[in-house]
Amino acid sequence: MSELSLAEVNNVYFDVLKEIGNIGAGNATTAISTMLNLRIDMSVPKVELLTFQELGSAICPEDETIIGIYLEVQGDIDGSMMFLLKPDSAHFLVNKLLGREGEQKQEFDEMELSAIKEIGNIIAGSYLNALSSMTGLTIAPTIPYLAIDMAAAILSVPAIQFGKYGDNALMIETEFGDDVMINGYFILLPELESYDKILSSLGISI
Amino acid sequence: MSEVIKVGMADLNLCRDPDIITTLGLGSCIGIALYDPSTKIGGLAHIMLPDSTKMRNNSNIAKFADTGIEELLNRMIKAGAVKSRLVAKIAGGAKMFEVSGLSDIGNVGQRNAEASRAKLKQLGIRLIAEDTGLNYGRTVELHCDNGDYYIKSVGKPLKII
Repeated sequence: MSELSLAEVNNVYFDVLKEIGNIGAGNATTAISTMLNLRIDMSVPKVELLTFQELGSAICPEDETIIGIYLEVQGDIDGSMMFLLKPDSAHFLVNKLLGREGEQKQEFDEMELSAIKEIGNIIAGSYLNALSSMTGLTIAPTIPYLAIDMAAAILSVPAIQFGKYGDNALMIETEFGDDVMINGYFILLPELESYDKILSSLGISI
Repeated sequence: MSEVIKVGMADLNLCRDPDIITTLGLGSCIGIALYDPSTKIGGLAHIMLPDSTKMRNNSNIAKFADTGIEELLNRMIKAGAVKSRLVAKIAGGAKMFEVSGLSDIGNVGQRNAEASRAKLKQLGIRLIAEDTGLNYGRTVELHCDNGDYYIKSVGKPLKII
């Protein structure tokens, strides 16, 4: 176990995460706009340190449905990451991806679900590439897992991971789109030992 | 009119007849409801992790099954509930993502449920109903007029245990 606690790491890590968020969101925006053949802009990402109470309702009310894509990260660092989208954003992206008019159904069918996973994969991959090229560390994601459920229930997964080290969670919010703006929420959860590796590979000592 | 008291993640609170105490969107966490049918005092804890003794950073007692249930019991006794009358119901402990293998995230729900059962047993509180495991989130409500524990999930009928 590392001697660092999340609270000590947070201050420095905050800026690093913001930068990763910036570059990652840029990469993701390019990837999505290429995939969808759309012109897409993005906002400067917001990095927030939230208590568990705040995290549960940070995206929408706790019992509203959201989409969570969860991947584990292997290589030089261990950890996991999660990308979250609201259903209407997911419908918008899926319809664009599948070249359909914007019908808004409640349920997603199999093809739509795998399209969502693919979008999650691309977005998560973009963030990981940003982190990887900044640090020079090898970081590879596993296959994505998908859940559509109450926001708080999905967010309990990263909350529990953060809960092992402290009482806060870090979330990056990025807005991207053209006529319709989409909010994507991104949570990166390295194991605590991996924080050391990330920071030291960036030449930061604590 | 009954009031609704909300309990957040890693949080706990008490409730009396005719009020309702709720926690929204339990995933791998567990909602432990204690109820004294005679005084109609209820309590709800929303725990996130099984064991405080395994953690260096364990100051938030409501976060863990062991310390959270003990604190909830103490608060209820202080409020006038009688330990020997208390009954418990638990819900949550889902596996939200079908992660393969034995990673932490895959089995934390199950370990939370096991730790909650074990702590209740150690304290001598009867566990009379539970709805745990599977792969979906649950919103729970303890109704302090009769001790009913409502469980709501997306796309599923209301369950009362």
